[in-house]
Formats: sequence, structure tokens, C-alpha cells
Amino acid sequence: MTQHPFLALTDSDREQMLETIGVETVDELFRDLPEAVRLGRALELEPALSEPEVFAHVAELAARNADASRELSFLGAGMYDHYVPAVVDAILQRGELLTAYTPYQPEMSQGVLQAIFEYQTAVCELTGMDVSNASGYDGTSVAADACYVAKHATGRERIVVTEATNPQVRQVVKTYAAGFGLEVVEVPHRDGTTDPGELERAAVDAAAVIFQQPNFFGCLEPAPDLVATAAEAWALPIAHVDPLSLGVLEAPGRYGAALALGEGQAAGNFPSFGGPHYGFLAARKEFIRRMPGRIVGETVDTAGERGYVLTLQTREQHIRREKATSNITTNQTLLALGGLVYLTWLGPQGLRELGETCLSLAAYAKQRLEERAGLQPVFSAQTTFKEFAVRVGRNAREVVAAARERGVHPGYALGRDYEGMDDVLLVAVTERRTPDEIDRLADVLAEVAR
Amino acid sequence: MKLIYEKSQSGRRASALPRHENLPPVPELPEELRRREPPRLPEVPEFELVRHFTELSTRNFGVDTGFYPLGSCTMKYNPRINERLAALPGFARLHPLQEADGAQGALELMWRLQEILAEVTGLDAVSLQPAAGSQGELTGLLLVRAYFAARGEAEQLRKVVIPDAAHGTNPASVTMAGYELTPVRTDPRGNIDVDDLGGKVDEHTAALMLTNPSTLGLFDENIEEIERIFHGAGALMYYDGANLNAVCGISRPGDMGFDIVHINLHKTFSQPHGGGGPGGGPIAVRDVLEPFLPVPAVVRRGEGGFGLDYDRPQTIGKVRGFTGPFGVFVRSYAFFRMWGPRLREMSEAAVLNANYVLARLKDAYDLPFDRLCMHEFVLSARTLKKEHGCTALDVAKRLMDYGFHPPTIYFPLVVPEALMVEPTETEAKETLDAFCDAMLAIAREAADEPELLKEAPHDRPVKRLDEVRAAKQPVVRYGFDEHPAVQGEPRAVATEAPQGV
Amino acid sequence: MAAAESYPDDLKYHEEHDWARVEGDEAVLGITWFAADSLGELVHFEPPEVGSSVTKDQSYGEVESVKAVSDVIAPLSGEVLAVNEQVVDAPETVNEDPYGNGWLIRIRLGEAGEAETLLDAGAYRQLLADQ
Repeated sequence: MTQHPFLALTDSDREQMLETIGVETVDELFRDLPEAVRLGRALELEPALSEPEVFAHVAELAARNADASRELSFLGAGMYDHYVPAVVDAILQRGELLTAYTPYQPEMSQGVLQAIFEYQTAVCELTGMDVSNASGYDGTSVAADACYVAKHATGRERIVVTEATNPQVRQVVKTYAAGFGLEVVEVPHRDGTTDPGELERAAVDAAAVIFQQPNFFGCLEPAPDLVATAAEAWALPIAHVDPLSLGVLEAPGRYGAALALGEGQAAGNFPSFGGPHYGFLAARKEFIRRMPGRIVGETVDTAGERGYVLTLQTREQHIRREKATSNITTNQTLLALGGLVYLTWLGPQGLRELGETCLSLAAYAKQRLEERAGLQPVFSAQTTFKEFAVRVGRNAREVVAAARERGVHPGYALGRDYEGMDDVLLVAVTERRTPDEIDRLADVLAEVAR
Repeated sequence: MKLIYEKSQSGRRASALPRHENLPPVPELPEELRRREPPRLPEVPEFELVRHFTELSTRNFGVDTGFYPLGSCTMKYNPRINERLAALPGFARLHPLQEADGAQGALELMWRLQEILAEVTGLDAVSLQPAAGSQGELTGLLLVRAYFAARGEAEQLRKVVIPDAAHGTNPASVTMAGYELTPVRTDPRGNIDVDDLGGKVDEHTAALMLTNPSTLGLFDENIEEIERIFHGAGALMYYDGANLNAVCGISRPGDMGFDIVHINLHKTFSQPHGGGGPGGGPIAVRDVLEPFLPVPAVVRRGEGGFGLDYDRPQTIGKVRGFTGPFGVFVRSYAFFRMWGPRLREMSEAAVLNANYVLARLKDAYDLPFDRLCMHEFVLSARTLKKEHGCTALDVAKRLMDYGFHPPTIYFPLVVPEALMVEPTETEAKETLDAFCDAMLAIAREAADEPELLKEAPHDRPVKRLDEVRAAKQPVVRYGFDEHPAVQGEPRAVATEAPQGV
Repeated sequence: MAAAESYPDDLKYHEEHDWARVEGDEAVLGITWFAADSLGELVHFEPPEVGSSVTKDQSYGEVESVKAVSDVIAPLSGEVLAVNEQVVDAPETVNEDPYGNGWLIRIRLGEAGEAETLLDAGAYRQLLADQ
């Protein structure tokens, strides 16, 4: 058999090593395994392929997907086709960062540690908060993490979440809540946003109130009012936000949120069929010792030089064990690093321009869909950011199928997640879309939407 | 080295965005929702950005840089073909909510990966959804809960047994899933103490969480007896797959009797560690548990097509968005295709490498368990500490001067001054010998010149860092107000390094 | 500078490594040298509120070092009269002087007779030797 490219040992190496160990064969090294648990046959897997063969096979699988380079797409609903600049790829492929582990030995890992410190700073700046962790798995699990924080901070066992929050976020929160002993209550949306009066009734005895801004329909919630309502009930106000909206929308920390979190994908990660990405989680300073996940802190070395270390690790699984603030070990550092590189590339001017471009293009899209295809936004009274819900003349999934036959994916069919919305499409417009592309969407929908 | 914020100059930027003529004016946002103060993100040109992050990378050590024997982390070579494949637009730019007929390649890849994991673990059904090992553990425990709830036994079965040598995520996951922890002792051979176990398993025991080989790198010789005890009590057995690198193609957790397994794609199956993630923590289960798996399930439909099945009435729900970290699946799938049934050679080499290093080092350090190891082993610096005042920490810091990343230290907790070494299969004998030579030299230095250890590291970008100070006065973000932007002048908390970085 | 190992004879001890100095109907509570040494230099003390009650054998706060967080267990029940702000500001005081300046809280005793169940210095030293 040929030497496997991922192994270095030769037969001569093996011989010498076995002699040093004091056994005759490699099989003897497994002598502690009882006979009954040995497989005793080869694994039933297809034979090993060479790199060129693996490339051909897997590239063929890739070619069978209608991705955004092959199909004009207005799909959003929590994952967005924003432009990822080349510098992100270049930095994330540096082997010293890509192939390093969690920085337990800080003197070997100042690169990653400083990068996380810079990331934490960026998240605090975006959200107006005092402390950020080094990332969570995604925008859904950080919401679950926040519920755990709220439970321990308030001693209460109810979580209130708005119906206008991403359905997957709500689903994951409910899945985790079962283990945390938490009850989850939803507040329905009214014409695309949440009514603070209704929230007030639900928020009594709640540990936390979670709302999304902009919400799943792309509408702007009355966020300061929702926060104030939660705070009056002594519940923690938690804002689930779009990071790329924070150049034009106010930071949650400035209107009184206790925690701010969300899905980081739009800032610096490719959609990649759903992952891997990063969730961000930030809080006011009084929650610093309750924050789940890794946190990097600044310190000095024995020569007085500035350096960075993982800190407040006692809260984490590997020391507190059953009393930990969460069980997270591996997080999403590389993806968060992508976020940091992206936000550095964008800068504060770029972030504001991006927000304004999304607002303008989405407004243009609403206009064209009305003019050319006779389609009306569902929540016409609401201000929206980069996404909006539009009513089509028949089942939205059928409209999607018909539009895709013409090379355009027009958006997400909301009927899967919301009653009475089988004829509603959620259309997302990012800065990657052009007016010509939007015109094409309008033309296609004019053909298929009625 | 300066922070990116300290290199920032007002008015600079790295991005240019598309501009369009004749768009409607930017819609006005309600006043109370508008951003007032812009976030203080860095303002740097693209080239400074690239220089900054390149410099950061030079201050970091990865598997690509050198030997990285972190026990329990499986720091093996991360094949570059995986990166090229994951970056293909057909994967990278594919939206997770694309219709099934527009994602057949991705769905097929996931389905095939599930089949491979079922074969490698010896179990029946797989979910790829959990984002990392610890999320896989939590998912597994939620499955245990759902299984017993469906049988009307959830109230009664409240406890999960975990060995005292277990990785810290195990007890944390137990608590997050709402169970009580029952610890069981390790015996002098490094196995679970079966006598202690007998007294601890009762009618309230829901499950065992175990990894085999254990965190001590030892295969539990009593695994058959353990299986009898737990299944005899009507409990389930959960396998933490962190140490799967030792037994692929040789022994399968399903055959050992385990009912639920989580696999760490970023350990055994080559997803790069990325400085702390991403990972992948898929779970494999015996078919009685299949109905409870997270939703949606990736299924094969008639005529060779693939789809997502959301109609799963008994599912525990969702633990992560969409179907999981797909980019990680691409890398691990490619890795599996490059090994095929030769995975056995991978595990054999991992175990051979570990035993070789153990054989060379066991006389110079304390050996808590005098047995052959599997893919990793634990030594102790206890005597070094007693006789020369040099701890495992000091040994670790001194290893840095020799150009190696230290092994895991102070874990598992059952061994004082622990040093856990896992070479993995991708290392050459010369590398192992160089590491052993360094460890032997350090043991001698501890006796003759202990200050070399105590003051280490000497050759890294920083000297030993003050972790106490970081915990006492946590500074977890750059403080713009303490460091006002001054044209061209960096400010630092401590003295600037002499090279003017 | 951490203190040298000691277990003063005039104190009562709890098996979770906490001590009590009974003074009439009040008591001063803290953690023993063994606890402080095991944790290493303390970086944080999370105290209870003045006026709240503490219950024998239950946690009334947390102490934290770089290595670990630990519950502080009340050897006796009562109402919190005072919290040692010096330790809140400089937690390492506990390592320097665990029985003097490193006291944690002062309580008004709630239950008569509880002190009888605690260990004296000799019994506590024995417990440590047996560990």
C-alpha cells in the first residue's frame, strides 16, 4: 500500500519505535481492548481517494447547488448575501491563526488573543455595551445563553420573546429552556411590529424580554419603548440586532438594553449553507461575571509589557464544571476574526454608507415591485431596513418555484413560519444588489406573482 | 504591538462601496431609532489592515508552525484541500434557505457524511446540527430526557454518572440539561472504579457520560462490565467522542455498548481549530433514539434526491440555526474521502506515536498509571515540584523556548501537576524525538538551573503574563477615553516595546 | 505575602473550610488558611447584602481566584450585620490574614446551639490530615 500523504511514519520508523516501547507489533499496543469490542473487519467506507479525485468529486457536489453566483437572489431571513472582501479570506488563511487552538498558553497565542480583544471592542462599540464575549456559536444559541444569564441574574423563570423575532431563534430558545427550567411566552406582532402595551402584560415576572431589531419582517420595532416596558417589570431587556444596521440604527446600550446579541454572519462571513458563523453577545458591565463563553482581558508581563490573556475563566466549564455559566468550550473564533477584519475594512463611514445603501435599494425595490408588478408591502405603515414583506397573488412557494425557473430567487416564503402568510414573500436587498437586478426581480414577479 | 484602534486615523478607510445614481433618497428613520454617535471602528487603509493582521499572525503559534501536543485537542495537520473545497462558491455562497432542488449537492454531502459517521461509530442515525462537542453533549442529554419522557420515566430518572477524570464540559452540560451529577472515582489502573460505580447506579440513574479511551489516555478495561451495569439498570450510555482518534476502524463506541455519541469534527476529523473555533459536534444514536433527533433531518428521498424532513413530531427541537456548520462538514467529508477504510492506519499511528513519546519520557517524569496508553498520555511534574520547586506550568513555559507548544497542563484534575501529551498521527519521528529531547533537557534544568524554567518563556513576543491582574481588574475592551486619539502617537497601558511596534 | 499555615484555637470550624469567631450573640465568619491556599490569590469576593439572612451549611457568597470560584459556606445561621469592604476592595487580604483583616462578614446569630455542632481547631486539623 502506498504511504498515506497525511502520515510521516515509515516502516523503519515503526520498527525503531516499537523497540523503544518494548512491544513487537502495533497490534500489541491495543491489547487492553477486550475482544468483544473490536471491530474485527475493515470499515465499510469507499476506498481512499487522492487529492485530485477528492477535488473532482466534491467540486461536482458544489456544482449542483444554485448559489448566489448562479442565481440572482433576494433571500434573507437571517442570513444575508453581503459582500465579503478579499482581505477576510487572506487573513483567515494565515496558518498561524487558522490552525491554532484556544489560547490557553497566552505567550504562544498573542495574535489570537489580541484579535479577540479587538473584536470584543468592536462589538461593544457597535452595540453600546461595556463587555462582549469572544463569540458564541450563532445568533440562535447566544439568545439561549442570554436566557441562562437572565435566569441567574433575576431568579425568575419566564422568558418573553416577540413573535416578530426570527423563528429559529425562538425555536432554539425553547429547546434550551426545557433544560434550564424556563417557561417561554410569545407576544404576537401587530401589523409587523410589537405593541408595548401587550408586552407589558406578558412581562410581569419575566426574567427577560427578547426582541429583534430590525425584526424578522424587516420592520423597525419601537425599541426604546419595548426596553422601557421590560425594565419597568424588572425583566432584562435583550435586543437581538443586525450588526450591519448599527451604522444607521441606535445602539441598544444607548436605549437601555441589558444585553445585545445577534447573528454575526452578515458582518464578514459567507452564508455557506448556514454555517459556520458566529453569534455575538454583549452586556452592561454589571453582567461581566455572568457572561458565558471566553473573554479576553488586558494585562502585563513580567517585563511590564502589555499583553492579553483569557480571563474570568473560572466561570467557564473547565474550572467551575457543574456550576459553570455555560458549557461552551470551542467557540467561533476564526469566524469572529472574520467579523473583526470585515468591520475594520468597513470602518465607521463604510458602515453608515452600507446602511444607507441598503435603505435606498430596499426603498427602490418596494417602488419597482409596486410599479411593475402591482405588489404591495404587507406592513406598509412600518419603516423597514433591508428587508420587507410583500403580498403576492398566490401561494408564495409556487411563486418562488416559478421565479427560479427564470433565474431569480425572489425571497423567503413566510407561510412556513407564520399563520395566514402563505401568500407573503420576505424580500431582502443588500448592497450587492443593483438597480438593474431589482428591475429584473420586478419583471419576473410581474410574470409569476399573480 | 499596537492595537488596530491605536493605528486608526480619522478619515482613512479600507472600503469603497458601490454607488448608484437615481435611487430614491435615503428614507428617513424615526428620530428615536436613529444612531446618534457612530461606533468607533478602526479607520485604516486596506494595506495597514493587512499589515496589522499579518503581524498578529506572526505572534501566534499554530499546528502549521510546529508541534502542538495539546492533550485532548487532537492538533493534527489540517489538509489544505479542505480549505479550497469549502471556499467553492457552490458551497460558500449557498443560502441555507435555498429550495431543496437548488441544494442537492450540499444535501447529498451531508447525507453521505452522516452515513460515514454511522459506520465509524457503529450506530444507526446521525444529526449534524450541533455546532461543537459541548453542544453535541447538551443535545445528547436532551435526547436522553426526551427518550425517558416518552416512556413516562423522566421524573424518576434524574441523575447522570460522570467519572471524576471527565472533561469540564461534561458536568456543565449535565447541569444545563437539568440533571444531577453523580461522580464516580477512577481506580489505580486508570479505569472507572467498578465497585464505586455499583453503589452509585440506582433507579434514579438516567445515563453515563464517558469517553473511552478516557481523558487519561487509557482504554477502560471494564467496559463490558460497565455496559452491563448501566443497561441492566435501564440507563443509557453516552460517549464523549473527544478521543475517537485512538480507535477509528479498531473499536466503535456503538459496539462498546454506547447509545449516543458526539463526534468532534475539529479534533479527529481535521476541521482547523481556528484559534478557538469553529467546530462541529454531530451526534450518532441507536435507532430507538432516532425519533428525538433535532429537526430538520437530512433524508434521502426516492429517485436519489435529498431533502430536509421537518415532520418530526417527537424531536427535541433545534439546538442551532439551519442544519449546522456546513463549511465544517465539507472539510471533514473531504478528509474522510482521503482516508476511506485506511482510517485504521490513522489511529494506529496516533497510538504508536503516543506510546513512543511515553516510553522516552516516563523515567524522567512521574507516571501515574503504568500501562500502555492510547493516543495520549498523562505524566506528572509532582517530583519536579517537590524536589526542585518546578511545576507543570514552569515546564510548559520552558518548552516554549524550545519551539514547541506545551501539552495540556493541570488536566485531568485527578493527577496533580498533570501534563497531558497527544502527538497525533501526523507527526514525524524526528519531531517526536526533538520534543522528547527537550522534555528531558528541561527535567535536567529543573535540577540544575531551575530559574530557566521559573522565568520562562524567554523567547516569545511577551514574557510570562500576569493572569491574576487580568482577573482582578478586568479590562476587556480598548478604552477610548483613557487613550484619546492623538495624531500619530500611540498610547499604551504599559511601556512600549523598544522596537517601536 | 500569603500567611503561614495556622488554625487558631479560639475559633470554631466548618468542614467546608470556613471559620466562625463567636462574640456573644454575634459572630464573625471567614474562610480558613487551607481554603485560601487551595484557591490561590483571591481576585474577587461576592458578598451578601447587609440585612439579608444566611443559613448554616448553605452558601452566602463566592470567592474567586484565577484557578477557581468557590462558594463560601455559612458555619452558622443569622442576619448579616456587616460586610468587610476591605476584602471586597482587596480580596488578597484573605490570603495575607485569613483570620484577622481577612474576615468576610459579621452576623447576628439566629439559632442558639448551632455552634456546638462545629469543629474545634484540633478536630479541624484532624479533618485536614485525613483528606
